Amino acid sequence: MSRVGYLPLGDRLAMSAEPLVRTLVNIPPIRLLLNFLGRFAPGGRGLVILVPYAWLAFFFLIPFVIVLKISVADQIIAQPPYSALYEITEKGYLMIKLNLSNYKFLLDDALYWKAYLNSVKIAFFSALMCLIIGYPMAYGMARAQPAWRNVLLMLVVLPFWTSFLLRVYAWIGLLNNNGIINNILLGLGLIDRPIVMMKTDFAVYVGIVYSYLPFMILPLYTALEKMDMTLLEAAADLGCRPFKAFVTITVPLSLPGIIAGFSLVFIPALGEFVIPDLLGGTDTLMIGHVLWDEFFSNRAWPVASAVAIAMLSLVLVIMFVQNRLQRRAEAA
Amino acid sequence: MTEGKHPEAPVSEPWKDPHATPYIRIQNVTKKFGDFTAVNNVSLNIYQQELFCLLGGSGCGKSTLLRMLAGFEEPDGGQLFIDGQDMAGIPPYQRPVNMMFQSYALFPHMTVQDNVAFGLKQDNTPKSELWERVKAMLEMVKLGSFASRKPHQLSGGQRQRVALARSLIKQPKLLLLDEPLGALDKKLRESTQFELMNIQEKLGVTFVVVTHDQEEAMTLSTRIGVMNAGQIVQVGTPTEIYEFPTSRFVADFIGSVNMFQGRIVDEDNDYVRISSDEAGCTIFINHGVAAPPSAALAVALRPEKIVISREAPADTTENCTHGVVEGIAYMGDVSVYNVRLHTGKLAKVTQPNLVRHADTINWDDHVYLHWHAASGIVLTV
Amino acid sequence: MGGANRSPFVTGWMWAGFAFLYIPILSLVIFSFNSNKLVTVWAGFSTKWYVALMQNRQILDAAWLSLKVGLANATIAVILGTLVALCLARFGPFRGRALLSGLATAPLVMPEVITGLSLLLLFVAMEQALGWPAGRGVLTIIIAHATFSMAYVAVVVQSRLTGMDPSIEEAAMDLGAKPAKVFFVITLPIIAPALVSGWLLAFTLSLDDLVIASFVSGPGASTLPMVIYSKVRLGLSPEINALATLLVVIVALGVITAGILMAHQERVRQRDIQLAIAGNK
Repeated sequence: MSRVGYLPLGDRLAMSAEPLVRTLVNIPPIRLLLNFLGRFAPGGRGLVILVPYAWLAFFFLIPFVIVLKISVADQIIAQPPYSALYEITEKGYLMIKLNLSNYKFLLDDALYWKAYLNSVKIAFFSALMCLIIGYPMAYGMARAQPAWRNVLLMLVVLPFWTSFLLRVYAWIGLLNNNGIINNILLGLGLIDRPIVMMKTDFAVYVGIVYSYLPFMILPLYTALEKMDMTLLEAAADLGCRPFKAFVTITVPLSLPGIIAGFSLVFIPALGEFVIPDLLGGTDTLMIGHVLWDEFFSNRAWPVASAVAIAMLSLVLVIMFVQNRLQRRAEAA
Repeated sequence: MTEGKHPEAPVSEPWKDPHATPYIRIQNVTKKFGDFTAVNNVSLNIYQQELFCLLGGSGCGKSTLLRMLAGFEEPDGGQLFIDGQDMAGIPPYQRPVNMMFQSYALFPHMTVQDNVAFGLKQDNTPKSELWERVKAMLEMVKLGSFASRKPHQLSGGQRQRVALARSLIKQPKLLLLDEPLGALDKKLRESTQFELMNIQEKLGVTFVVVTHDQEEAMTLSTRIGVMNAGQIVQVGTPTEIYEFPTSRFVADFIGSVNMFQGRIVDEDNDYVRISSDEAGCTIFINHGVAAPPSAALAVALRPEKIVISREAPADTTENCTHGVVEGIAYMGDVSVYNVRLHTGKLAKVTQPNLVRHADTINWDDHVYLHWHAASGIVLTV
Repeated sequence: MGGANRSPFVTGWMWAGFAFLYIPILSLVIFSFNSNKLVTVWAGFSTKWYVALMQNRQILDAAWLSLKVGLANATIAVILGTLVALCLARFGPFRGRALLSGLATAPLVMPEVITGLSLLLLFVAMEQALGWPAGRGVLTIIIAHATFSMAYVAVVVQSRLTGMDPSIEEAAMDLGAKPAKVFFVITLPIIAPALVSGWLLAFTLSLDDLVIASFVSGPGASTLPMVIYSKVRLGLSPEINALATLLVVIVALGVITAGILMAHQERVRQRDIQLAIAGNK
């Protein structure tokens, strides 16, 4: 559940906080503080660059080097449970041991392959379903009266401020064998025996679509809202029927939004752990979940690291493709 | 168009005095952005109390030149002197220069008076003096009653005056103005032009104005520097620029002009005769030109300097051609005639509408065009 | 409501979509008032689970811990994220700019399991090599959270900085303010809305994070999501429903307050525009 989709949300929030903050920064103590800082704060480009650079290098870059290192280490029974990459032998030689068996293991064991492909499949179809559900919603919102638009937008954004975990939890109550949906259907006499929905791929799809739908709607809405409506009027004036105008004008113009929304759902869904863990069954294999299990249940740190590196390569490929598509869509 | 300052008016003209020291000295300044040369080897002197306009189209380098004077860009080559001091390496906040920005760049979170006071606060001016000066400055730009408003509570014209007040409060000897009137509507622009000139005269500040609006440049300035493709193509008073352009570019850029290609057939120290197939006549000009005989050149004729008539003038041998009226644009004060000459060239003529119901020239009328021997401008470049 | 050019199909679909978004949340709220221990089988109205929640030390402690982590994380993330944004938006080209930009945006797309795993391995290696941080707990969670939430802050602040008229800062410098002064007195107040929203974003991200915290936390430091997760894994719990309801109420109150304040500000703004138009004459 990486949260790229939060970003459009941040921008919207910043816009609406504007007038409020304007008044805040003029409160005398805050003004004095800022003046004081302006006079005495240590300045200098070097320091401004150095501090975040050092932090990111240390807490983001180096960790990956360590993951890479451990992914080629041996599994041993120790604390921590992996062998050293190099050692100085008795004669003073530096000995480097590279163990690629963890990667070989990933290729040999069908579990990893399945998890890999299944993650891509689930992420892809979830994103597609989000698009199918989200497009008409975003379209309806963008064509609502201006006064309503912000309210509708608020309604899309609002669930984010409640806990992600609890929103997934809500689906357990809905989908359980003795859950709300089954109880209602049984009560109405539509079924005589509960439908099994929990611990299935279906539940995972529902969970992902539900959790990430707003990530799809926001960029779509942004693309559709800024569309020039006179284009459609011009098309109608030239004799184009509404549906055809929608297909030939609206959809191509919202393509950047479609691509952005698709990747905002696809990328985080790929590495999702919570949803398959809580809603999926034992046969719902997803790569994020496999990594978690290798690490926490099997204490197989080297294998988990190898899974992480494999997963990272996949994300990089997807980012690359997405970047190219986005650039092409925006250039068109 | 040139109702502002006349060269005859008692304005000192330091640029004509070889002993005068320029206030700003720009020497061979070049600025590149990647492969693009924004300012190309420009040299220019500007004198104290001048109101100097840098005039040119977008991307001609005028704003870059201004930003180098302010210190926001460092030249890649050449030197800049302000008041005799080399400006290399001096940051904007230490230069004796203030700037008024095209967008006004008012601090949105500060009131009008805080905006104006900002510059003085940086110098740690004593409180009592500071607010006195701010008050006086706001009075001068007629914003006394708006002191505690925020920028977004002001109209465009008021914002412009706040920006002006803010840039003048430190009493700079040099004020740089980037398209100062660009964001105002036409009516407001006209009145503000004169306000700006009055303030400049009153405070004795040197103004360097960047503009793309030739009318604005004509009205405001003591001198204009016309820029094109990173270079200054001509420097002169508004009259000089309009009446004596030195290149086809300037003639064409300032006002409108009829350009006739031709070559010299006869010349002496005090006259020149040019035969032009495009004009369909011989053009006589009553001053000599420095051009090699029979060199290809162009004669520029301003539309208002051509007289249009249905009857042939007394002398039709020189400076007179004829054609058919193809179009008339009535502008109120003047009318613009598009005349297709017998040579096929289209000429533009403007005539003031002196009488209300005149027996006017009509479409498809056969007309004669003639002009005075002093009207033609010979251009070799 | 309803605008021009919108078919009933689109309107109906839209409201069905909103129902899909809100029914699960609503179901949490409704069944939190169910007296039955079997959460989804209605047995009458009761508020006893709220009482039970208030007496559940484990949940309360975890909530308090999460709050502390969230506050510290958001503050660090805003400072670091703003510095990153400043480097990227204002410093022009400098050596290593591309790497910084990459490092600052990578956490956005990085699957959380990877971020969590790599940071844990770092902390283990550090403890081996340097003896610091001794064991894992609140401190390591804060560092981990700040590392990924600063990326979000950086993006929000950077978009604000690039959207700002650059001549405003130049004007301040032109009037004699040194760069540090320009930043604190001019830039910071103008981008403050982005800082506030970045702070809230970082706070929410931290409060919401289960995966990374699970990796880098140690014994005795369980955040609220970790406690919720351990309970939810075992099945439905009415106390969790009560907790969810409280969260929804807090968020709703916050949104309504913000809405009222914003409507007020909008009225002031409209009045200002009228004033400006009147001043034109």
